[in-house]
Amino acid sequence: MTVTQERPAVEVADHQQLVTLKIRRYDPEVDPEANWQEFQVPVEKGDRLLDALHHVKWYLDGSLTFRRSCAHGVCGSDAMRVNGVNRLACKVLVKDLGGRDGDTITVEPIKGLAVLKDLVVDMDPFFEAFKSIKPFLITSGNEPTRERLQSAEDRARFEDTTKCIMCAACTTACPVFWNDEAYFGPQAIVMAHRFIFDSRDEGADERLEILNEKEGVWRCRTTFNCTDACPRGIQVTKAIQEVKRALIFRKV
Amino acid sequence: MHHKYDVLVVGAGGAGLMAALYAAKGDVSVAVISKLYPTRSHTGAAQGGVGAALGNIGEDHWEWHMFDTIKGGDYLTDQDAAEVFSKDVIDAVYELEHMGLPFSRTPEGKIAQRKFGGHTREFGKAAVERSCYAKDRTGHMILQTLYQQNVKEGTTFFNEFHVLDLIIENGRCCGVVAFELATGEIHTFQAKSVILASGGYGRIFKITSNALTLSGDLMSIYYRKGLPLEDMEFYQFHPTGLTKLGILITEGVRGEGGILRNKDGERFMERYAPTIKDLAPRDMVARAIYTEIRAGRGCGPAGDHIFLDLTHLPPEQLDAKLPDITEFARTYLGIEPYTDPIPIQPTAHYAMGGVPTNIDAQVLRNNTDIVPGLFAAGEVACVSVHGANRLGTNSLLDINVFGRRGGLSAAAYANSLAAHVDLPDNPVDDVVALLQRLRDGGGTENVATIRSELQETMDAHASVYRTEETLKQAEVDIAGLKARYVHVGVADRGLRYNTELLEAVELGFLLDLAEVMVVSAKARNESRGGHFREDFPHRDDVNFMRHTMAYKDGGDIRLDYKPVVQTRYQPMERKY
Repeated sequence: MTVTQERPAVEVADHQQLVTLKIRRYDPEVDPEANWQEFQVPVEKGDRLLDALHHVKWYLDGSLTFRRSCAHGVCGSDAMRVNGVNRLACKVLVKDLGGRDGDTITVEPIKGLAVLKDLVVDMDPFFEAFKSIKPFLITSGNEPTRERLQSAEDRARFEDTTKCIMCAACTTACPVFWNDEAYFGPQAIVMAHRFIFDSRDEGADERLEILNEKEGVWRCRTTFNCTDACPRGIQVTKAIQEVKRALIFRKV
Repeated sequence: MHHKYDVLVVGAGGAGLMAALYAAKGDVSVAVISKLYPTRSHTGAAQGGVGAALGNIGEDHWEWHMFDTIKGGDYLTDQDAAEVFSKDVIDAVYELEHMGLPFSRTPEGKIAQRKFGGHTREFGKAAVERSCYAKDRTGHMILQTLYQQNVKEGTTFFNEFHVLDLIIENGRCCGVVAFELATGEIHTFQAKSVILASGGYGRIFKITSNALTLSGDLMSIYYRKGLPLEDMEFYQFHPTGLTKLGILITEGVRGEGGILRNKDGERFMERYAPTIKDLAPRDMVARAIYTEIRAGRGCGPAGDHIFLDLTHLPPEQLDAKLPDITEFARTYLGIEPYTDPIPIQPTAHYAMGGVPTNIDAQVLRNNTDIVPGLFAAGEVACVSVHGANRLGTNSLLDINVFGRRGGLSAAAYANSLAAHVDLPDNPVDDVVALLQRLRDGGGTENVATIRSELQETMDAHASVYRTEETLKQAEVDIAGLKARYVHVGVADRGLRYNTELLEAVELGFLLDLAEVMVVSAKARNESRGGHFREDFPHRDDVNFMRHTMAYKDGGDIRLDYKPVVQTRYQPMERKY
């Protein structure tokens, strides 16, 4: 069911365009069923999708609920499904969503995690998967007084996976995860990669054992959805493949 | 629901996460409460680096760092704090590396360092490589690393719990009241020690680098109890935010050789700071930018911004050292930094002032006495190590050094108490009444409209340049907005994830803090660091070498003052 707001014509200034946001709404306190709702939103060149969502929340319907914080793609709060693909609302511009006059942009919560209200999902299973791969540096022996040395080449080996902001865009774009929530998902494997390939870390064997389990890395079917979804440009599928290879050859 | 811990940390950014790790070393129970998931905290947005005199590139000494911090703070810095800070941070950086922080590396494999604004060798002779960095994502790496360590230690987190009151009974802090976002339930947390680590309040301004969630909650809550906020007139504007958006573009860009240019292509900082030019401290660069714009030398059709030029730097260098900021320019402005300069303008960035503390992170209730059981660290606190203007990189030091000290102090205090202090009979009453008034009061004023008007007036009247007249205008505007705030309404009556309700609460905090800033600024008839009064353009050490202490006194604000701690370095004219 789609509800369209009955409102007087929206005022649109010369430098603005009108787009329609079609948003998946869910609030079990109001209605046990989710439904679609459309809002007409005036946008300016350069507006982020987040700006358009804020326009709805601040001036049209205060009950629209989503997470956000930094508003420039570094905190990972506002991953959502935009026109069918995972994006950060603050890192995608309306004009890049085909948001020209009269166009409709669909916005839904990310998939595979329980929806709690509107675009807010239960992130706890996602963080639990992350925690299960021992996401911290594991070392033995005495620490040096100063820094450990690490060559620029060794540092570069895991650079890509240090960029992860834990927004869950990759994990919730993964068809395997949609069908089996016990699967760790791409993000947990990315985080394992960040440590497994860090020359300072001595926990690779422990982590590889965990990833070798039934719900581990072998569930990946290399669909590349995760890589396409990552707002940080991490080569997620490549990282997963490197972890698989490390498991086969038991050599990092 | 009721909870009981020895040490409670409010906020899960760098300071809070560090405090939690160090409190836990004291064999006490620790919990962290945050209105966000920890990895969403704004520490993660810091870019350029953490300053420490490691000397990995050129010779460096903690005394030089201490001096730069004091001079950068326009001598309002408390020098005992600056000394502790410059010494402690060296070990703090090594500790972060040991925890796994992936610093960029020198060819020898040491932690890489680069130049940053106001950091010099030999007391001002030339810029020095002091900023330890991980590309332009140093804050992200610190936040991730500290969170990882907390996962390792099994820290208890209450995520998306919004602290709405501090429980202070007979002068002692004994817990907090928090709103659980998921359910709307009100929780009491009883604790022997509470550490405030909740960050800043940049959202009083329109153009800001700060996250939407930075509304100064705990500063305002503290202030509403009649307890003082220190040096609130000192607010930092980072010179280089993306124009109109305020998104931070790190000073590390200039550390890597980026140059500020006006519309004539002139490297104008040569006129303002002949020795270190584009790497002058932030307050000076921000003023220089607005001076150029006011003189008609701004860029663009409206002449309202300045160019940050990286086009002379090799693309490989930008890719290797500054990948995120180049991506920001592309994503948000459609600018290719390889070939085109980035349009920038100053952006509200960092509060030098806040909840007053001593160097052990104990919160002060006046110039000398502490509030037993209450500690603060990071941007929410005012130690005061940053004085009138913080140097770039020094906030990431602050969270590590004083987060650690706060954690240790809080644990020691908790261990010194045989039992928890009893809570008052009805600790949640004020919070319940506040929420009920907002949710069910039937008001018609719109939260976003009031907030937007507040931000407009603060940008126009209380930012880089101020006069008595502009500050009076801001004061009048804020008074009008506060009167309207009484009548705000909230459409969402639900309990579940009622973020609209919390935005209304946050607006109340912002209005308080804006008012304190303006009143404190209006009384400081001098220019020092980040506080520049066009009607009093010089520093006045005779009358104003002192910290402001602002107290809520009924409906008014009462100002008192506190002496500055001076040890090694005597005030001099500030030239670069």
